[in-house]
Amino acid sequence: MKPRFDATVHTPEDVFERQRLAAVHPQAWNNPQPSGRYQLVIVGAGPAGLAAAEEAAALGTRVALIERHLIGGTCFNTGCVPSKTLIRTANAYAEMREAARYGAQLPADIRVDFAAVMARVRRIRSHLTCTTSVRRLAASGVDVFFGQMRFEGVDSLSVNGQVLQFDKALVATGARPHIPDLPGLRQAGFLTNASVFDLTDLPPRLLVIGGGPLGCELAQAFQRLGSKVTIVQDLPLFLGHEERDAAQTLSDAFARDGIEVRLNTQATVVRLEAGEKVVDLVSADYRSTIKVDAILTGVGRRPNVQGLALEAAGVDYDEGSGIAVDDQLRTSNPRIYAAGDVCLAGKYTDIAEESARIVVRNALLGGRERLSERVVPWCTYTDPEIAHVGLYVREANARGIPIKTFTVPLHEIDRTITDSEEIGFVKIHIRDGSDTILGATIVSRHAGDMINEITLAMVAGIGLRTLAKVIHAYPTKTEAIREAAMAYNRTRLTPRVLARLHRWLAR
Amino acid sequence: MSTPSALPDDALLERLQRGAFDYFVQTMNPRNGLVPDTSRDNSPVSIAVVGFALSAYPVAVERGWMERAEAVRRSLLALRFFRDSDQSGSPTATGYNGFYYHFLDIHSGARVWQSELSMIDSSLLIAGMLTAATCFTGDGAEESELRELVDLLYRRVDWCWSQDGSGTIRQGWKPESGFLHYGWEGYSEAIVLYALALGSPTHPISADCYPAWTATYQWENLYDQDFLYAGPLFVHQFSQAWVDFRGIRDRFMREKQSDYFENSRRAVLVQRKYAQLNPHEFIGYDENGWGLSACDGPSDEQPQVQNERRRLFGYAARGVPYGPDDGTLSPPAVLASLPFAPDLSLMALRNMLMRYPQLLSHDRLSTSFNATLAGSDGQPWISPGHYGLDQGIVFMMIENHRSERYWRLMRGCAYLRDGLRRAGFSEGWLAPCAAQGAGQ
Repeated sequence: MKPRFDATVHTPEDVFERQRLAAVHPQAWNNPQPSGRYQLVIVGAGPAGLAAAEEAAALGTRVALIERHLIGGTCFNTGCVPSKTLIRTANAYAEMREAARYGAQLPADIRVDFAAVMARVRRIRSHLTCTTSVRRLAASGVDVFFGQMRFEGVDSLSVNGQVLQFDKALVATGARPHIPDLPGLRQAGFLTNASVFDLTDLPPRLLVIGGGPLGCELAQAFQRLGSKVTIVQDLPLFLGHEERDAAQTLSDAFARDGIEVRLNTQATVVRLEAGEKVVDLVSADYRSTIKVDAILTGVGRRPNVQGLALEAAGVDYDEGSGIAVDDQLRTSNPRIYAAGDVCLAGKYTDIAEESARIVVRNALLGGRERLSERVVPWCTYTDPEIAHVGLYVREANARGIPIKTFTVPLHEIDRTITDSEEIGFVKIHIRDGSDTILGATIVSRHAGDMINEITLAMVAGIGLRTLAKVIHAYPTKTEAIREAAMAYNRTRLTPRVLARLHRWLAR
Repeated sequence: MSTPSALPDDALLERLQRGAFDYFVQTMNPRNGLVPDTSRDNSPVSIAVVGFALSAYPVAVERGWMERAEAVRRSLLALRFFRDSDQSGSPTATGYNGFYYHFLDIHSGARVWQSELSMIDSSLLIAGMLTAATCFTGDGAEESELRELVDLLYRRVDWCWSQDGSGTIRQGWKPESGFLHYGWEGYSEAIVLYALALGSPTHPISADCYPAWTATYQWENLYDQDFLYAGPLFVHQFSQAWVDFRGIRDRFMREKQSDYFENSRRAVLVQRKYAQLNPHEFIGYDENGWGLSACDGPSDEQPQVQNERRRLFGYAARGVPYGPDDGTLSPPAVLASLPFAPDLSLMALRNMLMRYPQLLSHDRLSTSFNATLAGSDGQPWISPGHYGLDQGIVFMMIENHRSERYWRLMRGCAYLRDGLRRAGFSEGWLAPCAAQGAGQ
């Protein structure tokens, strides 16, 4: 008889882990001796802190970087990097099972070696962290400190009791998973993004609580790797902030994958019975109970603002929304800035990095750059991926901006048909009456790559009229973007314009 | 009797309209005037179907298919039932705050299937009641009673409560768990709901409720059609059954230089284009094989269905271009597009009837078929029996196509007119000078 799933999770100690930890938090590391006042002290060495440190060091600034735990933060260690690595393997298995769809022979025996899957995750995570190792940072001129920090005053802080003076400081301490207040959850045990990548055994039955980006990505990945996944979301659709049609497409994809989708549903209580996690669910008046081997949660993320003594530095914050910043990312203390997840609603690596670069220029070079001027894309890496940039229709409506959407379903694009990847669409939102792009949503197996063309157009001020002139290599999926632009051009051929054209042609 | 598809248009439509009407005649419970959701055994009542029945009776009188006294008698049966129904909101009541549960037991009128108190279905029922009151304007005691009952039942609906303090009307309420925790998002069949809720002299919704709903609209260019997006066809039809949207426009449509009638026409073009492209390569989809809408469908559980690794959705609101789409088409949804695109609708309907004559039984259309899931005999899967909603919308839309009778009638309904005006509709028949001649 197969032994019961062991729900305890320990970080595997293998060569990859040893390599990674040596890079991101070497045991033998001695904090440097500060040689006077720093021009910039950065608190937190996640994507935001690292981007700021690299930018500041490149300027020749005296810069210190303080990290409590691991260099690289959530993204590298417990977020984007391991999750995308895992998703790639999950998608490979999904394609194997769909072989017949591509006219290929269905492999006779599709067996998932989960330990090998996770070993690959750790190998690739370790490989990537080497590019941001502590020693490399130190070599580039950054004083790297490990330890607990707290502000001591408006221009000073301490790390493990050692005091650092600063001209300017950047708080980039990130965010952590928000554990729902669910009776019995802590006693029963649960996974979050911080522990799920340490698994070496596949949970046969997995409950995912929360339908945000990471919950959706991992629910699909684990289903494809062989878990029986149930996903519970207390809203009518997944990815609450995304467009309805995008979220609906995702729900359909989940159902095709065999995930048990429970929308408008809340988990109300968890209990352990004979080693199983028993979870009560309620949807309006419908009550049910499911038994699982593991629960993945961490719905939403909470900013890391505790234990920093922000009060001592005069930095205003809120436990829920994080550090209060203005559009130039200044806190209530003019010396101190914040960037990334600790202060921004959009908790994505690309936004975190960009906000940190803005801080460096504003804090050190007297810049007046504003975050709201940036065009920020993001993507949820489910299959299909869901990518967005700029305004949503509802935001435009709320601001009274007339908006029109040019929609191209991917089944109109030759390359998606040749690849049997017709599910999805490109929606480009323009200011009605002009060709100015306000935003876009793309749902496609490669939406994350496709959205960059729209971002480029928005940053460069390129409208749909110009995009319509851009020849796209045939056959490619990004032709959908040009198709939307050409549809715009056809709307300019009003009956009046056409009548004049016909008269002219008939001369 | 000649093959329906061989009949000329007028004769074909006459037969289909009469067949649709007979659904209400044949299935109504003579004790309480309630009409079942479907013709299947043990079907509960759908309150919206009763609304369609109440709309159908007076026009059947005009067409000579029913005596006026009989039509009034049938209408009064239902109206008296709703007046006397249990409005306590208990789990086995009939309604609450003037609204009604979606599905009722056809004998007792008590809630079944733990269904929700449905705002949209209640509004379709109320629209039917108001249609009856607008038509039956005689001086006799029964017609007077009918009008008084309708007024009472309309005025007792607490539309304001259905907002639950939020920006838009909630979709439903259950005694076990309160309001369903999502409202209306995006364009839907709810204009008639909002108009009736705004027109109420007793419990109207707040004035900002309608713009809060239209703020969730999506104006899209899809397949070269500029239109207010909604995937399933019925969304483009239900409010239009009662309201003549030609030339009247709310703020949204004024800005887009369109109207809801024209929008429903474009929805037909979008459906045709989708079926032509036929992304999932289903059998029977082409420019004359379309009609994705809310309808019954095959499901994975049905033993006679050979599921070829395809997901089947049972009863679902199928739509374009994002689905769900499992190869199931709804002929009644095609026919109900008749007023907006008569030639295209008739062409498609004739095409479907020629290919699959069995879609028609008792001169009534099946709610749906799926030719991709053909059985061993090569015949398509066809939904058994008939759905009351289909027969209702088909009856009304054929009438609007033939005579515009409902549209003209409902211009005379002051509550609906006021509600539309409060929603911001103007111009056309709602212009002050036009309204003077609109009766009532």
